[in-house]
Amino acid sequence: MKRPINDMKVVFPSLSENERFARIAVSGIVSLADPKIDELADIKTAVSEAVTNSIVHGYPETVGKIELTVRLYEDSTVYIKVSDKGCGIEDVQKAMQPLFTTRPDEDRAGLGFAVMESFMDKIKVTSKVGKGTTVVMHKRITPRERK
Amino acid sequence: MGVELISRGKVLCAKLSGDIDHHGAKELRRDIDIAIEENCPSELILDFSAVTFMDSSGIGLVMGRYKLMNERGGTVTVAKTPAYIGKVMRVSGVGKLARIVNDYTLPREDEQEVMKIETTNQ
Repeated sequence: MKRPINDMKVVFPSLSENERFARIAVSGIVSLADPKIDELADIKTAVSEAVTNSIVHGYPETVGKIELTVRLYEDSTVYIKVSDKGCGIEDVQKAMQPLFTTRPDEDRAGLGFAVMESFMDKIKVTSKVGKGTTVVMHKRITPRERK
Repeated sequence: MGVELISRGKVLCAKLSGDIDHHGAKELRRDIDIAIEENCPSELILDFSAVTFMDSSGIGLVMGRYKLMNERGGTVTVAKTPAYIGKVMRVSGVGKLARIVNDYTLPREDEQEVMKIETTNQ
């Protein structure tokens, strides 16, 4: 069983101001692994996408709670879970297709999941209509050579 | 997060700065669109050199401005994208909508005046 060096759970209201908070929170933990600039940018971007999805689609008319879990393991793998108790996704596969969006009027590109998939090593989305959505992502940080 | 808008002749340049996410994109879109309405440019340059973070909301921003400029017969240029946001641009295939350049020069502010003076002298 892998042991996490750090294990953080934060819960925050689904306000768009907190997209930035989520990025700062995840950076705090991931920075411990001394990531390269682009690796940290990848993780921040993926978290930003997942949290934005919860805010825009999970709680379209209300403000609900979003839970962000970040674990950093000894082998420099990062585990991230973003979950909401919002309205859920009817067809996850369809929602994950690039350019699919239910909000074209808001200039949403429909690329959230495509970005998460290409920026992280692994992603799993589970959702139930009326119950909420959970996104779990993994990424390995390249260990730097110690001098 | 913000945008500085510079209009020179038929070129409108939007210098974006800070983090571009869903939270801030609405205001950026509004400011850029007002400037497009007012100045009727034939080219919109989106300068990303001072952008510190961008997710797919930034792609939505480019796609939306492309739609608007295309309707008006104009073009969109994406310029000075830092390496760490270049990946978001590549994944999204924004290159099909906008010209992507490393650098650009704006028409000089006093160009028309200079031309006028030259004409008078002759």
